[in-house]
Amino acid sequence: MQLPDRTLRKRYKFFSDFRLYKKHAALAVLFLPTVVYFIIFKYIPISGLAMAFKDYKIGLGIWASPWVGFENFSFAFSTATFTRAFMNTVIISFLKIITGFPAPIILALLLNEVRHMKFKRTVQTISYLPHFLSWVIVAGLFAQILSPTTGVVNYILKTYFGVEKSIYFLGSNEWFRGTIILTDIWKGVGWGSILYIASIAGIDPTMYEAAVCDGANRFQRLRYITLPSLMPTITIMLILRVGNVMVAGFDQIFNMYNPAVYKTGDIIDTFVYRYGIGQMKYSLSTAVGLFQNLIGFVMVVGMNITANKINGSGIW
Amino acid sequence: MRERFTVVDVVIYLLLCIFALSIFFAFEHLLSLSFSPSYVATKGGIHLLPVDPTLDNYIKVLESKYIWMGYKNTLIRTVIGTTLQLLITAMGAYSLSKKFFPHRSIWTFMIVFTMFFSGGLIPTYILVVNLGLTNTYAAMILPGLVSAFNLVIIRNYFMSLPEEVEESCMIDGAGRFRIFFQIVLPLSKPILATVALWLAVGHWNAWFDVLIYITDDKMFTLQIVLRRIIITGTQQMLDLNISSEVLANQVQSSPEGVKAAAIFVATIPILAAYPFIQGFFVKGIMIGSLKG
Repeated sequence: MQLPDRTLRKRYKFFSDFRLYKKHAALAVLFLPTVVYFIIFKYIPISGLAMAFKDYKIGLGIWASPWVGFENFSFAFSTATFTRAFMNTVIISFLKIITGFPAPIILALLLNEVRHMKFKRTVQTISYLPHFLSWVIVAGLFAQILSPTTGVVNYILKTYFGVEKSIYFLGSNEWFRGTIILTDIWKGVGWGSILYIASIAGIDPTMYEAAVCDGANRFQRLRYITLPSLMPTITIMLILRVGNVMVAGFDQIFNMYNPAVYKTGDIIDTFVYRYGIGQMKYSLSTAVGLFQNLIGFVMVVGMNITANKINGSGIW
Repeated sequence: MRERFTVVDVVIYLLLCIFALSIFFAFEHLLSLSFSPSYVATKGGIHLLPVDPTLDNYIKVLESKYIWMGYKNTLIRTVIGTTLQLLITAMGAYSLSKKFFPHRSIWTFMIVFTMFFSGGLIPTYILVVNLGLTNTYAAMILPGLVSAFNLVIIRNYFMSLPEEVEESCMIDGAGRFRIFFQIVLPLSKPILATVALWLAVGHWNAWFDVLIYITDDKMFTLQIVLRRIIITGTQQMLDLNISSEVLANQVQSSPEGVKAAAIFVATIPILAAYPFIQGFFVKGIMIGSLKG
């Protein structure tokens, strides 16, 4: 009968530990604001998720509003707008993973081949810049550059590439997702490459020297030294990225979309914003948000367990 | 390992050049539009240098009282927000860095859990509204006061400091508070500076909280004023002389040149600070990638 004893001892320790706050009063005081913050601004909203199972009435408040069970969920799933937003979230996220994930790795590998340090540093510095600007600014920038009437991209396409009609990059359903994905890469690729550049810098140079002595050319060195050395980093980053599959990029899409492209660009986050804050359908949008949260949670936790199993380097 | 400059090198340099130039020219093009009269933008075309250089667009932007109010509000939220966030986060991180802190693992779990599961937009929104924080700076600062991620990073840094330093201070009779403020914080300058920069850039670029919590246009921050001008495309933020004819149409949007100028007016502080903060950020991302 080891087990009950241990749980009892644990429970006793849990309660007796409360005496220790007096002993470490200064630490407790320093910690207090953090606890208060997390309770008010993190755990009260989590308890507010009860709204998803209620018919929230502003006058009554969350707790007095009547319970309705899963009605909000079944209503959401029955509407085409929600299913569309869900599909768009998954599709955009998936496209961002297959194109946006390898991009920083490729950039890092290209930079690694550059032998002029000045050139390398200049490209790196320029590539980080968009990361420091908000999506409001970047969206404004692209709205001008990609404009079908006055934008420079359409001008170049028409003048030098014989494209006849202006392309509505942000206003047509055929182009919107592609534009979202490319602009996302444009903004994030430089920043994303930092980690890989650092990993490459950490590779033992004697391996390369030995490879050169054995007559390996640069492709062989890339194939047999650089890529295998990067593999652990790549695996972890990929797993973590896949865990965030429900994150399709609210800031970006909200600043770049318009009603004409809801069909291909409306994601769950923008849906929640429009129905929740815009139309004050609090219960419905909370239900949708909770659904997204739960999938995200399961994905992140699942992917972390996988990462830990593979080489013990999940984020906890 | 000196090797010949081969065709492969040419391709690599070319690809990198195209990529870097796509970023450089996007800004360069916009910069020249901002210095050109509006007919240049309307006509379209590639402009790497201003045509008929003029300061008109900038004058229009800088004459707008909303831009200046936006600057003021952004500065206030950035300074107060960053200071408060850093202080509270460091305090919490210090307590959690002590192995003998009671219920340490429970507290840590409680904090880290919120990284993976949260109430989401609507419950948080209703909470902030019910607390009466709408149209206050508190609405821009309090909901994101302590980030679990930053707290863990700072905690890890504190844990890496040698225990002996604090012990010897204890023997010399210094209390916990004194040790924290006069020994631990100064010793942790590198990590605190990095996190402070993350927070400051975050505040400078934040717009969504203002969009949902702030309705009074005197409290608008720069990003929201900018959003109004360049994305929603309203002229109201620019106090332009709108003729009655245009008013009848209402939907007249800001001229492209003015939008470009507004983008630069709001971005110049970041561009100016960029060369100095860039290195810090790069260092920071390496600290952040360590296992928590």
